[in-house]
Amino acid sequence: MKQVRGTSLLVKALREEGVDTVFGYPGGLVTDIFDELYLQDAIKVILPRHEQALVHEADGYARSTGKVGVCLVTGGPGATNMVTGIATAYYDSVPLVCLSGQVTSNLIGDDAFQEADIIGITRSICKYGVIVNERKNLGKILKEAFYIARTGKPGPVLVDLPKNIMVELGSDDYPETVNLRGYKPSTKVHIGQLKKAVDLLKASQKPIFLIGGGVNIAGASAELTKLVDLTKIPVVTTMMGKGSIDTKHAYYLGNVGMHGSYAANMAITECDLLFSIGTRFSDRVTSKISEFARKAKIVHIDIDTASISKNIKVDIPIVADAKEAIEAMLKYVKEHDTTEWLKQLETWKASHPLTMQNNQGLTAKKILDHINETFNDAIIVTDVGQHQMWTTQFLELNENMKLLTSGGMGTMGYGFPAAIGAKIGNQEKQIICISGDGGMQMNIQELATAVAEELPVIICLFNNSSLGMVRQVQTLFYEKHYSSVCTRRRKACDLRCSGSSDQCPVYSPDFVALAKSYGAEGIRVTSDKEIGTAFEEALKNTKSPTIIEFIMDKDELVLPMVQGGKPLYNMILEY
Amino acid sequence: MEKRWISLFVENDIGVLAKISGLFAGKAYNLESLTVGMTEDETVSRMTIRLKSDDETFEQIKKQLNRCVEVIKVIDFTNSPIHMKELLFVKIRKCSKGDMEELYRIAEVFGVSIIDYDPESVLMECVQTESKNNDLINLLSSDFKTIEVVRGGSVAIESISKTEW
Ligand SMILES: Cc1ncc(C[n+]2csc(CCOP(=O)(O)OP(=O)(O)O)c2C)c(N)n1
Ligand SMILES: [Mg+2]
Repeated sequence: MKQVRGTSLLVKALREEGVDTVFGYPGGLVTDIFDELYLQDAIKVILPRHEQALVHEADGYARSTGKVGVCLVTGGPGATNMVTGIATAYYDSVPLVCLSGQVTSNLIGDDAFQEADIIGITRSICKYGVIVNERKNLGKILKEAFYIARTGKPGPVLVDLPKNIMVELGSDDYPETVNLRGYKPSTKVHIGQLKKAVDLLKASQKPIFLIGGGVNIAGASAELTKLVDLTKIPVVTTMMGKGSIDTKHAYYLGNVGMHGSYAANMAITECDLLFSIGTRFSDRVTSKISEFARKAKIVHIDIDTASISKNIKVDIPIVADAKEAIEAMLKYVKEHDTTEWLKQLETWKASHPLTMQNNQGLTAKKILDHINETFNDAIIVTDVGQHQMWTTQFLELNENMKLLTSGGMGTMGYGFPAAIGAKIGNQEKQIICISGDGGMQMNIQELATAVAEELPVIICLFNNSSLGMVRQVQTLFYEKHYSSVCTRRRKACDLRCSGSSDQCPVYSPDFVALAKSYGAEGIRVTSDKEIGTAFEEALKNTKSPTIIEFIMDKDELVLPMVQGGKPLYNMILEY
Repeated sequence: MEKRWISLFVENDIGVLAKISGLFAGKAYNLESLTVGMTEDETVSRMTIRLKSDDETFEQIKKQLNRCVEVIKVIDFTNSPIHMKELLFVKIRKCSKGDMEELYRIAEVFGVSIIDYDPESVLMECVQTESKNNDLINLLSSDFKTIEVVRGGSVAIESISKTEW
């Protein structure tokens, strides 16, 4: 049998898994692997500027392509830098295979240079983590890693690669099949349960579909749309489920939850049947559990048994892949008379449309409206904060307009690198990153990566001179005690400054100059009249990213808002 | 909150014990005892876990365990006919003559073997149900000053003929 080094089998494995891009950052424990990659052309290696960003890039690539994202880092600090990225992917069910270098097997336990127990560190944020203990198991372990990452409820898998094993000779066999006795993901729908659920649906007067990220992951948008068209039952989505149905669809009411629309939150509160698919009922969705859908019977379809009846008790649980479940449902459902119910929903929609308190001057809504009007084939990637919430409120999505956002972890610093990953996976699409001034600086160094890879990502930087999301909470619930949220503050400022004045210090950094120093473009926009031209300018730059820095009001609030722990119908609607 | 028993079949690999105990710690589940050992198949380990929880949390715990790639099978032993025993060692020191006599009597009544001794110390070995072991410890600690206890946690297996628990 042909004898090859571990590194060679690894590269073969990547190719057999259809990997075209690896996000890699080198170091002493993975130099052999990088050498192997140097000798081939089939797999492209991207060099990010930080391992956290590296994982977000692989994550953005994976979410936007549906393929497994591959990370390769050295041990010790390289591996520990991945932690936030892995957690972010885990909580949003993103398939990743994270390869980390490890010290030579016989040094493990000696506190060798750059030895870190990365499997132990990531045990609770990985779908699976494994160290390659012997060269002969390398192929099998890699095969299983890809299989586990992509099947069932997808998630990150970490494979720790001791240096000696990667240079050891062994078989070049890469297995074709996997047989894991402890992991048999089933996607098949229990038809009996499904029929019961459909019967409940038929008997209900005020049904509603609640759609979560699972439907997006399963790629079941077309099926969902069919289901809604056929049954004429209204739909609400979670933040992660947004875009699973055209946001302009007549039966779509918007997002539910903390910053959901009035109509959507009221629909949940008043419905008599909540038919949920692919959601895990996070507290950001349910708010106070005992008041959530209190008048409704609940059907819950999810691929993860553990998501069912974890937070919300359900009447009919169905463990299944969203796409298979909806396809099966299409055979049993029929048109529903929802006229009265729809009328009620329309009045809620009309009485409290999603809007901004003050839509004067340069506002988030105007920028997002412009994006809605200008782009018809794009992926929008957000960071975390107020700008993210406004995006999930105002952005229109459909089969050609998609949204990527960090939901479960709410990781600041996610947006820009994820946008880079999305661009690498979708060269033909326009990629727009929407970030805050805080989060942008958590991975600003990736401008270098984007410049190096010639990625014309447009970064809409909503600069409100503050950590706006936290500031909003302080405005509403802490008597405007603006503790550590001003990003303009300098040493000389009044410690308890309560807002902006003309004397505020200039913002640091100068994002436009900073972008230029990286070899990217920067445009500053201070008036709503400049929005259009700024985008036109940005679109002309096809060789590097462009930051459009929008100078915005820090006092603007994201509304409606449900305070944590309060019932969903208890929305703050104005301030 | 009720007492529950789970028998868990897992891959006999490094890190699996950490994975399972980490799951209980990370999710704030109330783990009371956990024993683990290899089975007739050396690639499989079997854990016996005792925990306290309400019904909903218990359902969630079983699902979370099932979800682990390393877990092969989860069996709820709470209401099944099983045999369950725990190994307990108790060392009693600084005994008077009268104490020694008393200890031999206790051993006889409780069905405990005395496996080692010297003129003023006794070592008892007790393979009983956990609650019987508790009774013994309670009795000994009230009557004797210097006792040292080590217990192994329970192991359990399904009955062959018993249908009642
Ligand atoms: C890594 C990380 N640290 C802290 C937080 C808490 N947090 C959530 S939103 C936010 C403010 C974000 O500020 P900015 O990026 O400027 O966005 P804005 O809310 O102003 O739009 C903070 C600090 C977080 N989500 N992630
Ligand atoms: Mg900000």
